[in-house]
Amino acid sequence: MNVTLTVNGTEHTLDVPDNTLLVDVLRGQLGLTGTHVGCDTSQCGACVVHLNGDAVKSCTVLAGQADGAAVTTIEGIGSPDDLHPMQAAFRDNHALQCGFCTPGMIMSAIDLVQKSEGLDEQAVREGLEGNLCRCTGYHNIVKAVLAAQQNMAQGGN
Amino acid sequence: MYAFNYHKPASLEEAAELMANADDGAYLSGGMTLIPTLKQRLASPSDVIDLSGIEGLSGLSLDGNRLHVGAMTRHADVAASTAIPALADLAGRIGDAHVRNRGTLGGSIANSDPAADYPAAVAALDATVHTNKRSIAGGEFFTGLFETALAEGEIVKSVDFCVPDSAAYEKFPNPASRYAVVGVMVARCADAVCVGVTGAGACAFRATALEEALSADFTPGATDGVAIDDGDFNADLHASAEYRAHLVAVLTKRAVARLI
Repeated sequence: MNVTLTVNGTEHTLDVPDNTLLVDVLRGQLGLTGTHVGCDTSQCGACVVHLNGDAVKSCTVLAGQADGAAVTTIEGIGSPDDLHPMQAAFRDNHALQCGFCTPGMIMSAIDLVQKSEGLDEQAVREGLEGNLCRCTGYHNIVKAVLAAQQNMAQGGN
Repeated sequence: MYAFNYHKPASLEEAAELMANADDGAYLSGGMTLIPTLKQRLASPSDVIDLSGIEGLSGLSLDGNRLHVGAMTRHADVAASTAIPALADLAGRIGDAHVRNRGTLGGSIANSDPAADYPAAVAALDATVHTNKRSIAGGEFFTGLFETALAEGEIVKSVDFCVPDSAAYEKFPNPASRYAVVGVMVARCADAVCVGVTGAGACAFRATALEEALSADFTPGATDGVAIDDGDFNADLHASAEYRAHLVAVLTKRAVARLI
């Protein structure tokens, strides 16, 4: 079947098998391998992308469900020379160790901060419940999200 | 995942027709249970019929003291609503943020997972489930483990809930999955006390013995000494039937304590 997706601002029409997952379109067909597959059982959140502005686990969305939608991946939020405030905060706060969970953490954290006001540590921890870090580096991740919240409020994305 | 044919019908009639013509069809709403099930090859439908292309199945509206919630309304949207704070609280504690951005009320209740949260509200809030064929009283909707009163091919369109005078949902979540080991909603509506329980039995139910005790004396202590029959309760690696019965009493007390 054909699906049309606008990924990071660019429209793509792709012919995919009916049982294709969104994450496989992103990684396999579009080469956007920043989105990771960690558990493949809808638990770890490494595959989180924004689907029409909402953080979702792209390993648990069929390509057909995303037909016509706008998708933003980790590649679409910033560049090495112009990091998104959340990416910059992760770097500044040493919020990544092995880095595998980082794309999903960042995409989840951006959605969390964009939809909330005045997040405190507890709210960030609860908001990131769906993202697992096997390095157990949560402490600095929470610090980074709290720092990014301030930067994003001051005119970032 | 096994192969299947994917469809996105634009109307309920088209969806029902696709189901009728499928060898072994499955309706898809948010997919937060069905897609993991497909990926684990625990189900192999010939046809997956996505209901998200049908207009008019999402959103909340208040009509007198009834809150009407479309079946395709996502947990995140219910969590952000204000008409029934206890229902919003319940929805905001389902799974995680990503699940709440996809999962739907209709999908949850049609699946009748014994550990799902919404069934407690359907039981406690005098709900009516509207389908493409009829209306089903909330008390008659859940019939067993992953079983409902829905006929083959029947589609949930919406659910309406009584807006209670006050209500509270208390849940003992599984620490890994956030599913309810036990969840209890206590609601007061025009002097009646309703206690909806999920997680404990094969499907959600009303705890009538607790309701009677609380109708006479709406205090946490009123539940002391009320016998909770755990004969049919679930027992698994997470909790024994006896432990679940204990949780029903404790969570009911906590809910009542929040309401007085």
